[in-house]
Amino acid sequence: MSARTVNQKAWWLVLPVVVLVGFNAIVPLMTVVNYSVQETFGNNKFFFEGVKWFEMVIHSARFHDALKRQLLFTAIVLAIEVPLGVAVALAMPRRGVWASVCLVLMSMPLLIPWNVVGAIWNIFALPDIGMLGWTLNRAGIDYNFTRQPVAAWATLIAMDVWHWTSLVALLAYAGLSAIPDAYYQAAKIDGASAWAVFRHVQLPKMKHVLTIAVLLRFMDSFMIYTEPFVLTGGGPGNATTLLSIDLVKIALGQFDLGPAGAMSLIYFLIILLLSWMFYRVMTLGEAE
Amino acid sequence: MKRMTWLVPALYIVFLMLPIYWLLCMSFKTTNEILGQFTPWPQNFTLENYRKILTDSTWYMGYVNSLIYVVINTVMSVAVALPAAYAFSRYRFLGDKHLFFWLLSNRMAPAAVFALPFFQLYSAIGLFDTHIAVALAHCLFNVPLAVWILEGFMSGVPKELDELAFIDGYPFWKFFVKIFLPAIAAGIGVAAFFCFMFSWVELLLAKTLTSVAAKPIAATMTRTASASGYELGLLAAAGALTIVPGAFVIYFVRNYIAKGFSLGRV
Repeated sequence: MSARTVNQKAWWLVLPVVVLVGFNAIVPLMTVVNYSVQETFGNNKFFFEGVKWFEMVIHSARFHDALKRQLLFTAIVLAIEVPLGVAVALAMPRRGVWASVCLVLMSMPLLIPWNVVGAIWNIFALPDIGMLGWTLNRAGIDYNFTRQPVAAWATLIAMDVWHWTSLVALLAYAGLSAIPDAYYQAAKIDGASAWAVFRHVQLPKMKHVLTIAVLLRFMDSFMIYTEPFVLTGGGPGNATTLLSIDLVKIALGQFDLGPAGAMSLIYFLIILLLSWMFYRVMTLGEAE
Repeated sequence: MKRMTWLVPALYIVFLMLPIYWLLCMSFKTTNEILGQFTPWPQNFTLENYRKILTDSTWYMGYVNSLIYVVINTVMSVAVALPAAYAFSRYRFLGDKHLFFWLLSNRMAPAAVFALPFFQLYSAIGLFDTHIAVALAHCLFNVPLAVWILEGFMSGVPKELDELAFIDGYPFWKFFVKIFLPAIAAGIGVAAFFCFMFSWVELLLAKTLTSVAAKPIAATMTRTASASGYELGLLAAAGALTIVPGAFVIYFVRNYIAKGFSLGRV
C-alpha cells in the first residue's frame, strides 16, 4: 500500500459505505448511550442519571461473574483450538484431491447457522436419546449437561471446538501452502528433524496467519451468544451464562435498559480494545 | 511415524461429521422413534419430515425469507464495498486509516449489544418485519467484511493497470467496470460468498427484526418447537436443510476460504 497517491476525492468512493454502515452503527450505538445514562419508569419518560449505571455494573458481582466465565471460556477454547488446528493443518495433504476433500469437509461446521449448531449439539448430547450422551452414560460416565455444570461446560467447549477449530486449521493451511518446496529440500539436505523444520521453517511462515487466527478466535469467542443460548440457555443455574447471554437477559428479559446499556458499552469497549490490537498486528504485518 | 500423519485429519474429520451424521439420522426418523429409545440408525426410515417441510408453507417460507434477505444483503454489500475498497487500495485521503479501523470495529460489534436498538430503529422507520430491514442490518458486519476482502484482492492488482488505462483515455467508470472488475473477479466471488455465508448463519438480528412476513427459518424452528411440543424429527430435518446452501457453494470457493476468513490478508 506504499504507492498510493493522495486524492481527497476518494471520499466520494467510500461515501456509500460510510452512510450504510454509519446508519447501522451510530444510531443504535447512540441509543445504547442514551439508555446507559438514563432511568425510566415506563411511558417513555426518561430521567438523566449520569454514570450511576456504569458504577453499578462495574461493581456488580453478577457482571464480574459473567466476565470471569467469559474469560475462562475464551482461554480454554483458544488453548484447545489453536494447537489442534495447527496439528491438523500440518498433517493435511498439501495438494491433490485429498486436500480438496479435507478443505470442503472441514469447512462444513463453519457454514451451519449458529442456532442450528446449538440445536445439533443439544440433540447430539442429550443423555437419554443423543448419540454422545447415550454413549457416555453407557460407558459408565454419569453425564447430563442439563443438570451438571461441569458437563455443561465440557459440552459447550466441545461444541466450540467442533464449530471453529477448522478456521484455525484453514488459516494455518493457507500459511503452510505459501512455503516454497525449496525450503523443505534445504532442510532435508541439512538433515533437520521434523521438530526443527516446524520450529525454524513452518512456524515463522505461519506467524502472520496464526496471529490473525488467534485474534479472530479471541474476539468471536468473546461475542458468542447464539450457540450457548440454544445449547444450555446459560444453565444449569448461571453456570454457562457468558457475557452476551447475561446482557440479553438483563435487556430483554428484565427490561433493565439502563444497566443493560451501561454493560453494553463496557462490553463494546473491551471488544474495541481487542480490535485495535488486531488492527495494529495486521497493519504491522503488512509494513514488513 | 510419517505414514501415520493422515490419521490426524482423518480423526478430526470423523469428529466433525459425527454430530452432522446424528442430525441427518434423526431427520429420517419419526419423532416417536427418537423419543422412544436410542437407535444408532433409523429403524423405520421415513421421508415424512422432509415432505412436511417442503409442502407446508409456514416451513418452506422460512427458507424463502432467509434466502431473500441474504441475497439482497449480498448484492448490496458487494456493490457499496467495491468503490470503497478501490479507494482504500489506491488512494490516500484524510482519515483513511481511521475510517478503515472504524469499519473493522463494526465487524467485531457483538450482535447481542445491538439487538434491542436495532429493533427500535427499524420499528421507528417503518421497516420492521421486512426483508430489507434484515438485509440492511446485516450490512453492519458484511460491508466491512466485503471491503476488507476486496481491498486485499485489489492490492494484488498492479497499479500500472490503472495508469495504462487512464493513459489510453478510459474514463474512470468505464475502466472500473470493463477492466478492473474482471481483473478481480475471484475476489468479488469470495467477498460475495462470505457475505452470503455470514448473513445466512447470523440469526439473532434476523429474528429480532422480523415477526411474520419476513420470518427466517430459525424463527420458524424455535416457534414450532414451542407450539407443537417437541417434534424433534421435524426440527432435525429443518436443521439439515439449513446446511444445504453452505455445502453447495463451498466447493467453488474451497481454495479461497482461508483468504476470506483472514479478511483478505493471507
